[in-house]
Amino acid sequence: MSVQSWTFIIVGITFALYIGVAIWARAGSTKEFYVAGGGVSPLANGMATAADWMSAASYLSMAGLISFMGYSGAQYLMGWTGGYVLLALLLAPYLRKFGKFTVPDFIGERYYSNFARVVALLCAILVSFTYVVGQMKGVGIAFARFLEVPFSTGIFIGIAIVFFYAVLGGMKGITYTQVAQYCVLIFAFTVPAIFISLQMVGNPIPQLGFGGTLSDGSYLLDKLNMLSVDLGFSEYTSMGMDDRVNVFFITAALMLGTAGLPHVIVRFFTVPRVRDARKSAGYALFFIAILYTTAPAIAVFARTNLIQTVSNQPYSEMPTWFKKWEESKLISFDDKNKDGRIQYVADKNLNELDIDRDIMVLANPEIAKLPAWVIALVVAGGLAAALSTAAGLLLVIATSISHDLLKKNLMPNISEKGELIAARVAIAAAVIGAGLAGLNPPGFVAQVVALAFGLAASSFFPAIILGIFDKRMNKEGAISGMICGILFTAIYIWYFKPQLGGPGTPDGYWFGIKPEGIGVIGTVLNLVIALVVSRLTPPPPQGIQELVEDIRIPRGSGEPGAGH
Amino acid sequence: MSGKNAQKYWQRNLKYLFILLSIWFLASFGCGILFAESLNSIKVGGFPLGFWFAQQGSIYVFVVLIFVYVYLMNKLDKEFDVDEK
Repeated sequence: MSVQSWTFIIVGITFALYIGVAIWARAGSTKEFYVAGGGVSPLANGMATAADWMSAASYLSMAGLISFMGYSGAQYLMGWTGGYVLLALLLAPYLRKFGKFTVPDFIGERYYSNFARVVALLCAILVSFTYVVGQMKGVGIAFARFLEVPFSTGIFIGIAIVFFYAVLGGMKGITYTQVAQYCVLIFAFTVPAIFISLQMVGNPIPQLGFGGTLSDGSYLLDKLNMLSVDLGFSEYTSMGMDDRVNVFFITAALMLGTAGLPHVIVRFFTVPRVRDARKSAGYALFFIAILYTTAPAIAVFARTNLIQTVSNQPYSEMPTWFKKWEESKLISFDDKNKDGRIQYVADKNLNELDIDRDIMVLANPEIAKLPAWVIALVVAGGLAAALSTAAGLLLVIATSISHDLLKKNLMPNISEKGELIAARVAIAAAVIGAGLAGLNPPGFVAQVVALAFGLAASSFFPAIILGIFDKRMNKEGAISGMICGILFTAIYIWYFKPQLGGPGTPDGYWFGIKPEGIGVIGTVLNLVIALVVSRLTPPPPQGIQELVEDIRIPRGSGEPGAGH
Repeated sequence: MSGKNAQKYWQRNLKYLFILLSIWFLASFGCGILFAESLNSIKVGGFPLGFWFAQQGSIYVFVVLIFVYVYLMNKLDKEFDVDEK
């Protein structure tokens, strides 16, 4: 059977599975809609968090990026996992004890201010929306390439599926479909890696395999280092000359951003007890780590295979996958010295081959000559990753509108039934809005993801941490900290990103820090300003200080949303 | 729980956090970034050690840290009788 028929079959089966789960897990109350009734087991929540977290970018792009970056790719690996340690130790248990529905809920109540709540809800919507547009685009591309339907049809199919289970099931439906999606995506990601690891080094565990030996007895990494140096690239496993500062700052910014992203935090409101929130963060990171420790192995296998397949080989003898990606313009070859062979080297003037990094995960099974059903499985996994993240983000947008804006600000007397209808309308509008934006994605979507992490790091993270660990923190401090942190970060990123229209050049970077890493400075700025301002203004009311005492101990966690 | 006990519970929690987060920093920013170049001269199997910490080891350390935290805190909650029934 062809790759295309396999893709239809496997994608069809997985979609039927998601819809079946969604019908089984319908939401009947706002509590079920917002936090899945607060009764999700820590294991299921861990899987759902992992699927929620791992987007089309983690799944499709990350291994490819690493394979072209070598050592420095570690900034994504450490940055997108290390944040969970902060989340588990500093945020999740306390937010669960606090027990409301959303991140703006916490900010609004802890800082006894509706202004703070509105600032937080605007940040939450901005961060989530920029993120979700990229996911929709990913869905469209995956459909377009493998089912050979137009890009727009791909997006419409994606909208229809997310619409169905998000509107019907809210958080409850999303949680249980995400569990199914996690299983699909992790299976699809690891199977080809295991095959290739066996092929290249005879070890079924890719995490160990990429440190293994080839059939000629040499170490795979030594071989790759040698191939890289021969072609003029730097050694794969070594740190580049000016890498250290930026790897440090970008890793830190991604960690802080991870711990401040609302769609991740809100998942910890769905478990029954504080101790479940702690354990659930551990499960989540374990499930994420399976993919994140496999990705660098795939990167090494793919890089080695690629160089050996193309370097200095006759163009006329290239395999079919090469031609196929060339047709979609993601590989381009320009025979500069007219010798009919492919020169793939670091020197830009001599290099004849350009490869889009995003194709590595999709092309990898073909490069390694794996069977057609494995390739189809990888496509289904990519769709699972994109859909699960999109659904989680859309829910944050919808809750921000129906709960934080309508119920808590504009229409405090709205009934439970009215709020549930509002939530469904909001999520329906968000799905359609994101889909339309995905049809005409602004060119800067990829750039805006850096912005999303920077903003989450420099706004939410310090405000929540101080709210828990500093009893003296008041609304004046928290609000001025959030506003200064966000403004500083947003302006720096805009100024040094030509894609966003900023005039800055890399020579002007402060201490050589790239815009992707500046969220760290924004976070520190937020912390310092909040601490100084809070000490110069009156302490928070007695009731708030008691609230802080209360969230520090687990007993009496009760039900999430108690008091609503 | 009396105020004094609550304070003691919180101090112990902060002590655990300090120790665990120091290990977190050492494994990732330390071994994975700041000392990565010097560690690369040590080889474990086919892996240069600094590279291994940056792309594998730090992630394993993160997972273990969270489960150690869960264990320590559950024990602490029982000791101070603030655990959930």
